[in-house]
Amino acid sequence: MEFTVNLPLFAAALCLICSAVSAVLPEKAARRLCLALCGLVAIAFGLLLAYGLSSDAATTYRMGHYPHPWGNELFFGTLEPLLLCVFATVMLLCLLGGGSHLENDLEQGKRRYYYVMCELVLSSLIALCCTNDVFTGYVFIEISTVASCGLLMIRQLGRTTLASIRYLIFSLIGSGLFLLGLILLYAVTGHLLMPDLSRAIGTLWESGQYRSVLLTSICLVTVGLAVKGGLFPFHFWMPDTYGYATPASGGILSGLVSKGYIFFLLRVIFRVFGTEVFYKSGVSNVLFVLGAIGVIVGSVSAARETDVARMIAYSSASQIGYIFMGFGLSPQLGVLASVFHILTHAITKPPLFLSAAQIARIAGGRDRKLWLGAGHKNRLAGLTFTACALSMIGIPLTMGFVSKYRFGLAAFDNPKLIVPTLIVLAVSTILNTWYFMRVVIRLYTPASGPDGPRVRMREQRPFAVAAIAFLCMNIGFGVAAKPVVTLIEHGLILLKEAL
Amino acid sequence: MKKTGFLERLRDWDADRFDLTEKTAGDMHPDLSPKPLKQEIPDAPLERLATRGERAFDRLYPVLALVLGTVMIVFLFLTVLDLPPYGAADNPAHNEVTARYLGSGTAETGAVNAVAGVILDYRAFDTLGESHVLYAAITAVLILLLVQSDAPEADDPGARLMERDPILTVTASVIAPIVILFGVYNMLTGHLGPGGGFSGGAIVGAGLILLSFAFGPHRMKRIVTFRTFRIASISALCFYSVSKLYSFFCGANGLHTIFSPGTPSRILSAGLILPLNIAVGVVVSFTMYGLYSLFERGRIG
Repeated sequence: MEFTVNLPLFAAALCLICSAVSAVLPEKAARRLCLALCGLVAIAFGLLLAYGLSSDAATTYRMGHYPHPWGNELFFGTLEPLLLCVFATVMLLCLLGGGSHLENDLEQGKRRYYYVMCELVLSSLIALCCTNDVFTGYVFIEISTVASCGLLMIRQLGRTTLASIRYLIFSLIGSGLFLLGLILLYAVTGHLLMPDLSRAIGTLWESGQYRSVLLTSICLVTVGLAVKGGLFPFHFWMPDTYGYATPASGGILSGLVSKGYIFFLLRVIFRVFGTEVFYKSGVSNVLFVLGAIGVIVGSVSAARETDVARMIAYSSASQIGYIFMGFGLSPQLGVLASVFHILTHAITKPPLFLSAAQIARIAGGRDRKLWLGAGHKNRLAGLTFTACALSMIGIPLTMGFVSKYRFGLAAFDNPKLIVPTLIVLAVSTILNTWYFMRVVIRLYTPASGPDGPRVRMREQRPFAVAAIAFLCMNIGFGVAAKPVVTLIEHGLILLKEAL
Repeated sequence: MKKTGFLERLRDWDADRFDLTEKTAGDMHPDLSPKPLKQEIPDAPLERLATRGERAFDRLYPVLALVLGTVMIVFLFLTVLDLPPYGAADNPAHNEVTARYLGSGTAETGAVNAVAGVILDYRAFDTLGESHVLYAAITAVLILLLVQSDAPEADDPGARLMERDPILTVTASVIAPIVILFGVYNMLTGHLGPGGGFSGGAIVGAGLILLSFAFGPHRMKRIVTFRTFRIASISALCFYSVSKLYSFFCGANGLHTIFSPGTPSRILSAGLILPLNIAVGVVVSFTMYGLYSLFERGRIG
């Protein structure tokens, strides 16, 4: 069992090696390799999760011969393996379910580069979730930025080109701010490894020395990662980016890439600044306000959109708002709700994109007006869309319900913010219901004209497998939420204690 | 004359530059599509008139940007004033980390050049990531610019004229070998003094670009083809990942590695640092040349 702790290193290195090899493989082989890699990574982190639960302690893994503060390190408890196991599975299912669209949208001869980019994204997710070194985090943020632009623009339309330019600009502003924050931190502490940074920051905060530098760097790091995550008012790249990318990319970018940055921010808050310093600095209040505004603005924009893919993308902006709102609420229940919502969004959003693309194909477009009765023409896609929409709204038995319930509980953790949080939750739930149900009702309203051709299960087998797996995960996590919540709670304690 | 706002101009610009209807790859390159591809219905046209709210936003936008930029500049300047003075002996950055890097770095890593020791041994995982940033960048440019048709390139009289330019060819044939040689020297002695894979690779890349300028892409095919480009970059990256995986694994589990620091200041010393410098140099030089070549002609070699 001791060997299990080596798995994150092997997973990250394997992703990098596969990304290099995929560039010279035939396209079918590159696809198979990528799918196999996602599966392997999911299994590896599943094993690591089992190990973490049995050993009940976090592991600091030395990358090489030198311990901190000299060499790079990884750090993982039970939370990181859980997230990565889900992330790798989601990527596998996205690639599987979006396969037919990939063939349609991507130029032949360039498809192998798509898998290269996916593997690089996976490696950066592993590194961002597991690293114990802020600069390693920055390097893999760069990889993730470039690779996600590749995932977006590989569908070469005018719109994706424009969207990727916009995405690149926002992303680079985010990385730039984050890097500035790191430079300031290094100048006043002289460390880059998380445990040493945290110790140095604790001492500086108590003595009051370099207070303004510390505050500025907290702001820069938080804002930098929030820009990349897509917090209001930095969410304007989202609708085009997620809406026009090929559906698999839409799922990967919205469900996984932005979550990588957000989880890294969570680690920085817990393991570098320390929750005490962070919540005293006042930045958490800014996160709460922007998150709450983002929830409402995202929902309103989604309600005004007639293009369903763009609507789902705006809904992502609102979900990201929830996550940051949780960060702002409290370091215990608030962050717990946020982490659960990271999982909810990662499991619910990709199937929405995939099923919307599948319905758009049979309905002849992505405008919701064209979707009249399309739920009867492609029953599985209609069912998937409906179930995920219900999960986004927060109907019991789905993950979305557990998320909203946890946010409601978290509101009571911070007496000053109970009322605003509950109002935001209520308003956004009403808006969610309105814009999702409007589409769902249209899906099942019988069209007056003659019945068109129907898409059967066997014509869309990969999508069917992916959709059913997503639904099972959603309902599984939604029904058995208690152990997952306990696991996250335990993981957060490990994250903080093992400094 | 009709007044147009910023957003409207942006929209016009979109419409001029890009075909904003949803075309599939097959439509744009008809010769590449093996089977008829499904056509999706184009989206609603973008060229609608700006609403009043959008026009107000257009007018406010530059003002807000200016205010935000000024506030940020002031704050950052104030922060910088508060930083410890540059070069002072009691700076927080002069701690046990730098002490060990400079004090026992040569003994532990075998590299006389402390920078090489830090980036390729102490903090090698960062550099492994960094070289994959370059790989991600070149792959992104390949996706964006690579022209895949086998049709002969359009005849560019300007380029042909330049190929025959005697000043350029003679100068390049004298300078380029020296530049490339210097780059290789930099790569090979990165552990002994200033230099290393990144700088050496950049110099070699510059030499290759100079050659391509002077002698034209057709004669460059004798040195670099797409095949050599792919094989060299990918084997260098794989070597890097595999060797570092081995060394991280041994280090983490306290196992003995076959690489030893050796005798510092000898050319064959410093364990993995020399081969890694070469691998990084190969990746960097081919990436530089590849970027140039793709931007120039949409193909490599």
